[in-house]
Amino acid sequence: MNLVIDVVEENNKSVVNLSGEIDAYTAPNLKESLLPLTQKEGNTVEVDLGNVNYMDSTGLGVFISALKSTKENGSEMKLVNIQDRVLRLFKITGLDEIMDLNSTIRGVTE
Amino acid sequence: MERFDFIEMKVPAKPEYVGVIRLSISGIANRMGFSYEDIEDLKVAISEAITNAVTHAYHENDEGEVTVGFAVYEDRLEVMVADHGGSFDLNEIKDGIGPYKNTESVENLREGGFGLFLINTLMDKVQINNNYGVIILMTKYLNETEVDLDDDQISTTQ
Repeated sequence: MNLVIDVVEENNKSVVNLSGEIDAYTAPNLKESLLPLTQKEGNTVEVDLGNVNYMDSTGLGVFISALKSTKENGSEMKLVNIQDRVLRLFKITGLDEIMDLNSTIRGVTE
Repeated sequence: MERFDFIEMKVPAKPEYVGVIRLSISGIANRMGFSYEDIEDLKVAISEAITNAVTHAYHENDEGEVTVGFAVYEDRLEVMVADHGGSFDLNEIKDGIGPYKNTESVENLREGGFGLFLINTLMDKVQINNNYGVIILMTKYLNETEVDLDDDQISTTQ
């Protein structure tokens, strides 16, 4: 029931590897780690959700904040390797239309 | 009266316990024979309800509790989440509850905007009682034929 957040910084790119569950308990930590990365102009933030097996609206909220921040700061964010169940929430809420998403090899996008 | 088993849990109104309730519902739903997909839906729905309760119930008082009730029927699981510490009187709650209407003052429930929407979408029936604290009563049926995402908000929208 925890979330491990691992950030790897490269040139103009930050790779955020997440592992665990994103919920009301872990979302604040994620936000704290993610937002500063989106505040660097020209930075590309790649969030790897391959090992996130649970997420709810608290996670969606974090990614919405991060997306807004990218627009304000001239950075980019993409979410990659999203598992089926998590991707479903992005689709239900229509967020898949406004975010750069890339689903997992384990899942099939409709 | 229809027979059912009832399970009640109280947890501190703190985010770290959302996951504990999620594990509990996973166990109960698994025991009832829900599919993997339905169990995942139930986990998200109950987490949203508890997150709402935890976030909004106790702004000034950290000592609060969230009460969760599971009514296990032959054909369905009813889940109640209350943002106060009192026990449920199931019949009383059911009497006082109505379908969620968009006109009700649930703006403060829409934490992040998607919590209640997800509950509505993932559960078969959702009712909200705002009379004393907030109680969310939500139902998921076993073995129901698959319903399209757009069609399963029957009693929750106008």
